[in-house]
Amino acid sequence: MRDRPAPPDAPTPATEGGPVAVTSAMRFVDEFRDRDTARAVAARIAELCEPGRRYGFMEICGGHTHTIYKHGIEDLLPEAVDLVHGPGCPVCVIPMGRVDDAIWIAEQEGVILTSFGDLLRVPGSRGSFLEAKARGCDIRMVYSPLDSLRIARENPDRRVVFMAIGFETTAPSTAVTVLRAAAEGISNFSVLCNHVSIIPALRAILAASDLRVDGFIGPGHVSTVIGCEPYRFIAERHGRPFVVAGFEPLDILQSIQMLLLQLHEGRSEVENQYTRVVSWEGNRKAVRAIEEVMEPRATFEWRGLGWIPDSALQLRKEYAAFDAERAWEVPAARVADPRACQCGEVLRGVIKPWQCRVFGTACTPEAPIGTCMVSSEGACAAYYNFGRFSRPRAAAARRG
Amino acid sequence: MSEPTEREVLERVDRVRRRRPRVTDERITLSHGSGGKATHALVEALFVEAFRNPILEPLEDQAVFEVGQARLAFTTDSFVVSPLFFPGGDIGDLAVNGTVNDLAVSGARPLYLSAGLILEEGFPVADLRRIVASMAAAAERAGVQVVTGDTKVVERGKADSCFINTAGIGVLERDVRLSVSAACPGDAVIVSGPVGDHGITIMLARGELGISSDLRSDTAPLTDLVGLVLEAAPQTRFIRDATRGGVATICNELAQASQVAVVLDERAIPVRPEVRGAAEILGIDPLYVACEGRFVAAVPGERAEAVVAALRGHPQGQGAAVIGHVAAEPPGLVLVDTAFGGTRILDMLVGDPLPRIC
Repeated sequence: MRDRPAPPDAPTPATEGGPVAVTSAMRFVDEFRDRDTARAVAARIAELCEPGRRYGFMEICGGHTHTIYKHGIEDLLPEAVDLVHGPGCPVCVIPMGRVDDAIWIAEQEGVILTSFGDLLRVPGSRGSFLEAKARGCDIRMVYSPLDSLRIARENPDRRVVFMAIGFETTAPSTAVTVLRAAAEGISNFSVLCNHVSIIPALRAILAASDLRVDGFIGPGHVSTVIGCEPYRFIAERHGRPFVVAGFEPLDILQSIQMLLLQLHEGRSEVENQYTRVVSWEGNRKAVRAIEEVMEPRATFEWRGLGWIPDSALQLRKEYAAFDAERAWEVPAARVADPRACQCGEVLRGVIKPWQCRVFGTACTPEAPIGTCMVSSEGACAAYYNFGRFSRPRAAAARRG
Repeated sequence: MSEPTEREVLERVDRVRRRRPRVTDERITLSHGSGGKATHALVEALFVEAFRNPILEPLEDQAVFEVGQARLAFTTDSFVVSPLFFPGGDIGDLAVNGTVNDLAVSGARPLYLSAGLILEEGFPVADLRRIVASMAAAAERAGVQVVTGDTKVVERGKADSCFINTAGIGVLERDVRLSVSAACPGDAVIVSGPVGDHGITIMLARGELGISSDLRSDTAPLTDLVGLVLEAAPQTRFIRDATRGGVATICNELAQASQVAVVLDERAIPVRPEVRGAAEILGIDPLYVACEGRFVAAVPGERAEAVVAALRGHPQGQGAAVIGHVAAEPPGLVLVDTAFGGTRILDMLVGDPLPRIC
């Protein structure tokens, strides 16, 4: 390789415990990508569609959006089934003001800002982390908040800040890292907490008058932590079937089949397709770790969705020493999304990525305006990178 | 005004994609070195613009020109890999093989190399000896000589231990004109072996992921394999070694320069289980991962089987396979028929191949 495969200052040994052998990783994956099984499920899906009826299903999680486009799942679905991409890409919902705050912190004397790789290209009002890094800020990519803590341990004369993002999926690891920092008495480590909760976002989506969704493909990873119970109001009060789904393409197809079956039978329930990973109760230990370290914020701004009450987490005052927002007076400026950007409508499933007026022209993965075009889990980036192609043209090309 | 249809929007997007790239960034970021879109923008908008000439403009991996009666190929490449030593090789054999391969894939016989070393103050001489020894061994294996060179030492902290630049000259003895713009509908797309070994080996060798494997870099000279392809298919259109940006980037370059579609069959692409597993964990696509001893070739469809048979008869080419074909429509795009039974686009890489977080 003629270039470094990762930023040159990415960390060295991170994982505690021995290395994982990689050979077995694919052993259980292939059966979830089997073409013949897929055809059989697709045929069942087509049978379940009632003639003349259209179905809109929202996949909440960006990981699902990625799988759908990467494997070309829409090609296997009947015209009547429309997949609507939801707000569950953690990178996509970060407002510009928070990116600006993080860069402001990175510009302070002696600071090392650490971040997951996905965030490096997210545009703030004064550019992205990658551009701030090129201007001289010490911004490092990490794979886990524990890597960030290790950097703090190794650089006692620097102040190390972890840009924490994500839903309930990643919040436990941030919480555990803060607990460890407290236990070890590491005083030069703090967290800029941007963790968000999925349920308030779903409430906001369900409250919107322009909602065009008949059922939900539920977020598998978040549900490993919070379980399935919290979604019950969606099925019971809003009358929309909800199926928690895994991340392999067959998981998604099967979830669609389960949603259609519920609609066909006139049911509206929370079902768990991802039983091999998700339990009904979730992971109580992980939830306790979050609750120990974090508490709900009164309100938080979501990119494109606006301010949603009780939708995000902040560090409790017992852990104030590790809270970057308490350590610095960050500017906390509210930055309006660029006017042309329609990320909000994309995130609410009101429009398809291609219906955004700047899609693929002013806003592209190499020069994104909106966050949905940045992360590989963003609906616009997934559609641009994988799906930007109408089915008839693809069929013509396949015939050669 | 009525709303545009999806198809109209996609056609508009394609028109925008065909525009000449511009560099709008104020500073160089790591994206500019990733081999993806930002690198292409830099090359086309800055370098080609400044140096414009008919030998450079085709943007092949080597320049081909005539001197007297001889057709020569000339190329250069810089190596900044970290770590310097990794399973299957080191920066030394990489620096020789990389330049040898950029010459070989034009159909040339590589002859002479230069070596320029930039060393950081404090770099261990024992490491330098090791690197130079492996350069010498790689040169001997590839049948080239290192005939000129240069050394610079910079202060500690001004360069990361050891960087190497090599340039090389080869001679074209066959009457072949391989070109990235020569692919035709009906051609077969062939890869000379399993993809992604080198890039994944390097990522794991950095030790930050806590993943172990027996993977080794595929760094090797490709001269013999290129010869086999040209003998089996004298009308071969194009060969390029799948280094930075991987097989995906080469297929995109081919589709765009030849104004054809490249359609890949995901199930036919050889990827070792270890590479698939590590790439899956990292959330990256093996098709974007670098190789250092593999090429992608476009050959007339009717010669595909003969080419693959010839490659498989060589110890380095046992994993060779037809991975797709060239179609007329839609021009400039790479499509993948997924193993699952769907279709997706395979675009140029944007930014570094970074892992996803959840």
